[in-house]
Amino acid sequence: MSDAYLQLDKLTLAYGDMVAVKDLDLSIAKGELVALLGPSGCGKTTTMRAIAGLLNPASGRINLDGADITRVSANKRAVGLVFQSYALFPHLSVYENVAFGLRLKGLRGQDLDSKVNAGIKSVGLAKFAGRKPGELSGGQQQRVALARSMVMEPKVLLLDEPLSNLDARLRLEMRAELQRVQKETGVTMIFVTHDQAEALALADRIIVMLNGGIEQIGTPEDIYNKPVSSFVADFVGFENVFAMKDRKLAMPNGPVALSAPAPEDAAGLAWRPRAVVLGSGPFQGSVRGTSFAGNSREYLLDSALGPIKAEVDAALPQHELGSTIAFDLPVAAAASLKRFG
Amino acid sequence: MSIRLFSPMVLFLLLVFLIGPFLIIIAASLSAGDTLAFPPQGLSLRWVAKVFTIDSFRDSFAMSMFLAVFGTLAALVLGIPAAYALSRYRLPGSETVRTIVSLPIIVPGIIVGLALLRYLVVPFGFNITLALFFAHTALVLPYAVRVVSASLGNLRSDIEEAAVLLGSSRLGAFFRVVMPNIRGGILAAFILGFVTSFNQVPVSLFLSGPGVRTLPIDMLGYMETTYDPSIAALSALLAFLSIGIVFLAERFLGFSRYV
Repeated sequence: MSDAYLQLDKLTLAYGDMVAVKDLDLSIAKGELVALLGPSGCGKTTTMRAIAGLLNPASGRINLDGADITRVSANKRAVGLVFQSYALFPHLSVYENVAFGLRLKGLRGQDLDSKVNAGIKSVGLAKFAGRKPGELSGGQQQRVALARSMVMEPKVLLLDEPLSNLDARLRLEMRAELQRVQKETGVTMIFVTHDQAEALALADRIIVMLNGGIEQIGTPEDIYNKPVSSFVADFVGFENVFAMKDRKLAMPNGPVALSAPAPEDAAGLAWRPRAVVLGSGPFQGSVRGTSFAGNSREYLLDSALGPIKAEVDAALPQHELGSTIAFDLPVAAAASLKRFG
Repeated sequence: MSIRLFSPMVLFLLLVFLIGPFLIIIAASLSAGDTLAFPPQGLSLRWVAKVFTIDSFRDSFAMSMFLAVFGTLAALVLGIPAAYALSRYRLPGSETVRTIVSLPIIVPGIIVGLALLRYLVVPFGFNITLALFFAHTALVLPYAVRVVSASLGNLRSDIEEAAVLLGSSRLGAFFRVVMPNIRGGILAAFILGFVTSFNQVPVSLFLSGPGVRTLPIDMLGYMETTYDPSIAALSALLAFLSIGIVFLAERFLGFSRYV
């Protein structure tokens, strides 16, 4: 990308002999809200720590705002980080936590006071300025951590699992809060998460990581609808994932033809439960499990293709446990995977 | 006997066992008689008053205070960075270091004292006061490392990273966000070290010479020649001093959280 604001160039990160991230290339534009998504151990947190300067790369370069910051120490990078545990200073009040970095910048008196107060007010904690972190709820602590980073006007704000420690209601609030902050300040934000729903809901662009490398980069729509690999497909809720061979399903007992030939370049096909057609089709399955989910009903079928998960409209007549029903895996409704396994 | 009666009785006996000698000393120190005895003969404060008139007690008290204060401070100066390194970094041989640091607690004081005398003071003509200072620093060091380590263990290490990302240097982060949060532990270590050093006998025994002795050694010497209740009076005063310090520490710091 030509308008790269933050650029990682062949970045390799290691803890001793253990390589956590290998030859990572990544460009992020100014003002983007990017999610690093992946299971634990995929290298997303390591990558974030390297961007922050808390981990020295084994090789490769990091560029930010036109300057090579690979060897710039963490305290001079102008990169903010909101820790998963918030990492507030327990001995300081909310006010002093937010003032911490500004004091180090040399701000004093009226300048300091107005900036700190504006920061605290922007996250809705004006009433709590005098409290210690221990006297705040988790959600409030996180907002203090956010304000503490944001008053520094960082070039990039990193967030480590920003929503995972919050309950469902606070999660919605915090999501809105992050979007508001991003919109108002235009700060470039990168957040790390293992939760695909979080990434889909919040990010402009998602970077799916696996085993220290990038598996797929795309908009939430791309990632959700067009996963490129079986791993991404599985991660974003395609429950029925099959390898393909000669445009047919590659099953242990030999290829199985679908109702239509698969695309030539597909290494695999994946269907969401919603895409499985029940009641007609070339395949037979017996109902092993069924559960009601409000608008829809989910079925687990045992079939010659292995277990199949299907989801149909709850208004349709229910299939009994143990009954055998026909089903189809329509090629037109499948996501075509470029890589399998 | 039922268990309901048994356990309060054990508790009572335990308290008698712990507090009894102390009460006896107090009683003996208030005696009006001329020899150390219990029960006391009559009641007076003359022996308590006499304690303050004995010059050698004043000198040895000053020596003990000096050793307790500066020995403990020196132990903290060495012990805080050591505790920090042991708890923050996975160093090769850190278990060995931990063990070595604890040695002065494990090895009998007699041996430490003898070793210092035989291999530092005698061959090198080492200054006695300096030898005492080193000995007391070494004795207090294990407590400093342990108590400060416990305090550091309760502190998340990511607050240091947070401080660094807000513009602080690593060293600055230590002083700005680590030290203020382990202050209680450091004060607790100081008090524990102070009391340990002040009451120390076996090591000091070997390293005391003419004119240079700590208060407990001086008291031993005094008892060998003079058997009057002033020694009980001094003991009682020292006990109250220790109790007072620990009481204040508990009151203002929650001392028992750290030890």
